[in-house]
Amino acid sequence: MGVRGRANGVVSPDESGGEPALELRGVAKRFGDVTAVEDVDLAVSPGSVHALLGENGAGKTTLMRLAYGLIRADAGEIRLFGRQAREHSVQQAVRAGVGMVHQHLSLVPSLTAAENLVLGAHGIYRPRSAEALLRATSESSGLRVPHDALARDLSVVEQQRLEILKALARGARLLILDEPTAVLAPPDIDELLRWIRDFVAQGGSVVLVTHKLREALAIADQVTVLRRGRVTFAGTANESSEEELSRAIFPDKLDNTVSAPSVAPGASVVQADRINVADARGAQRIRGASFQLHRGEIIGLAAIEGSGHRELLAALSALRPTWSGKLLLPPRIALIPADRAREALIPEFTLAENVALHQVGRRRGLLDWDALATRTAALLQRFAIVAPSPSVPARTLSGGNQQRLVVARELEHEVDLIVADNPTRGLDVRATAFVQEQLRSAAARGAAVVFHSSDLDELLSIATRVLVVFHGEVRETGLDRDQVGRAMLGASEAA
Amino acid sequence: MTLELALVADLSQVLEAFWRGSLGTSSAFFSGTLVRAIPLAILGVGISIAFRAGVFNIGGEGQLLLGATAGTVVGLHSAGLGPAGLVLALLASVAAGALWAAIAAALRARFGVLEVISTIMLNFVAVNLVSYLVRGPLQEPTRVYPQTDPIPMAARLPRLWPETRLHAGLIIAIAIAAAAWWFLARTAAGFRVRAVGASPTASMVTGRVNVSRVTFAALVASGGLAGLAGGIEVSGVTYALYENLSPGYGFSAIAVAILARLHPLAVLGSALLFATLETGALGMQRDAGVPSVVAAALEAVVILVVVGLSGGVGDTSWRGWRGRAPRVQATA
Repeated sequence: MGVRGRANGVVSPDESGGEPALELRGVAKRFGDVTAVEDVDLAVSPGSVHALLGENGAGKTTLMRLAYGLIRADAGEIRLFGRQAREHSVQQAVRAGVGMVHQHLSLVPSLTAAENLVLGAHGIYRPRSAEALLRATSESSGLRVPHDALARDLSVVEQQRLEILKALARGARLLILDEPTAVLAPPDIDELLRWIRDFVAQGGSVVLVTHKLREALAIADQVTVLRRGRVTFAGTANESSEEELSRAIFPDKLDNTVSAPSVAPGASVVQADRINVADARGAQRIRGASFQLHRGEIIGLAAIEGSGHRELLAALSALRPTWSGKLLLPPRIALIPADRAREALIPEFTLAENVALHQVGRRRGLLDWDALATRTAALLQRFAIVAPSPSVPARTLSGGNQQRLVVARELEHEVDLIVADNPTRGLDVRATAFVQEQLRSAAARGAAVVFHSSDLDELLSIATRVLVVFHGEVRETGLDRDQVGRAMLGASEAA
Repeated sequence: MTLELALVADLSQVLEAFWRGSLGTSSAFFSGTLVRAIPLAILGVGISIAFRAGVFNIGGEGQLLLGATAGTVVGLHSAGLGPAGLVLALLASVAAGALWAAIAAALRARFGVLEVISTIMLNFVAVNLVSYLVRGPLQEPTRVYPQTDPIPMAARLPRLWPETRLHAGLIIAIAIAAAAWWFLARTAAGFRVRAVGASPTASMVTGRVNVSRVTFAALVASGGLAGLAGGIEVSGVTYALYENLSPGYGFSAIAVAILARLHPLAVLGSALLFATLETGALGMQRDAGVPSVVAAALEAVVILVVVGLSGGVGDTSWRGWRGRAPRVQATA
């Protein structure tokens, strides 16, 4: 079977000694021109839970990938259980007793749980001993997984358990869990958190990467907050308050006043009455949401990843049916999806074809390509899109110009509702300003705009109204960034 | 030395046999190569449509055999109907091919069965079904030959050229290629087919296209054309149903479609090239004793070279062959 280490997850406290399980000193990592992580110090004491908090793109995952040896640091020192990791690699990290469970689970769907457990080990595969190892690890750790089931038939909870068991079977004493609760339902989250406490009580150590503030405070001993690759807070959980952490997570904005134009809201265009929305797998993601959206409003949908806002946006753009409740949508809806290259455009198709793609499911008869080319050329001019002609493939355009094309196509005619998901992601300053301007002027012309941005500052700078989605629940907050930030993290209302 | 000379002598002899077998004589060209290109072209167009939609119809052979069967049955019973019998027979062949493909399409839509698997399996079913029919219910009355009675004259496609075997199926093939081009390039439904093949996600999100309906329809249409190819083969060439009616047209047509880069008009040229290779190879075998496997290998080399040079099958772009390219308006 060839899996090194003990077949159980129990570690006696004295074995881990006094040295930190993981220690980072001055660690830095750049990707091209982008600094992902800069001068980070972090120490995980044995027998403790260390929460690593931060917004999307704050550098949490990068930092943990550095610790696990998946990528090499540009500068700084990494020590695992007191020993410096030179020429750091995953093999070395595993040998030192580190296991990582990635946000996107990486099991082989067509293999059984036991086969997945020993996958990557050396030597000869013996089904009996793999199953014995699974049973032993499962028993000693208390994580139950049906051992002969195929990985694809396991529930998400079981898949995650299996990932943890994989790490434990290789003798992991330090577990790095990257957003483990993002995919779980609330009761499963509680169970996982309880298990984590048990694991550290027996001498193990855990780094919990999360952007959920409450969760971190509830379970962690130590908390480190990253913002744009740097540590903005480090301390013990007992002595940290929600406000303090939320301020560390979201950058302070000097100008906290709202700059968005206050257009008097017009008639209601969207009416949601206790709607429930499920995701593609059928899991309920939005619960009993009621709200109205009016003409002239720019509604920022603030949420951290996995809160259910994507499903809400899909429902608002009539892509996903509501389970129950009543959702009234206007006839003319423009959609700016999050994934430009996969959802909004066909990169190999020409610009004119990408214009023709818009709602082509509702068209009949012939397509007049001459007229489409003329229309596309007019759009290029009207929206200042830099492109040689309507007959070049969309992939030849820069990201900014591709997004301009998407916006141009969607806003070519007047609409009642604009649904946009991260409409400025990856755009430079000018293209960002362009997109924001288009949304504003469309609202001024009478459309309701509802959009999500993972950048809270951007969201607050254009929104005239904010709805926060947390854990499937939609609630209206003011435009105050602290209040919004706390609501996004599921913190209590009290300020 | 002698060996080399012998090879040189052989080579010229082989090439001559290839030439005479395929293009060199008018009878070889009109009665052999062109006649063989007809089913390849019709099948190739159908396969191109399916591939364009991202559906890999490998079942052209089976769909063709079903079409041939239905065409034969209707043809045999059409005595006294005149030309209407021919039309009915061809329509029946379309329906049968479409139905055969619809099995695979339904399996895909309902149970997520890969059409690559199901269409291949349905090929075997079709081959054995024909074997059974021509030895059983459909066998000619004397019960000597494993084939049906010949269909009546009225159910046969007219010859285009009295001295040759070239039949009116050629005109149908050209018309179908042109119609398929027009459909894909000009109609909203054809654009949906291309869009779904290029990006199902963008088609659904931005295009609001019912993706599974489009893939279903594309596979069924592809099967219908394959069935028609079978019906035309019966009413234009064989006049009866028997085993080995198709020398693997359904498989060669995949290569035809790929070589044409899924372009319906290019399929015509590509079908002619493959027909030439095949009839030429038969000539080489007949007149120069070259094993037919060599010719098959030659075909494969042609496909590999062309597919390699053209950068693969995955390119779904439509640039440059929309007739007129969209013009840029003066934007100064």
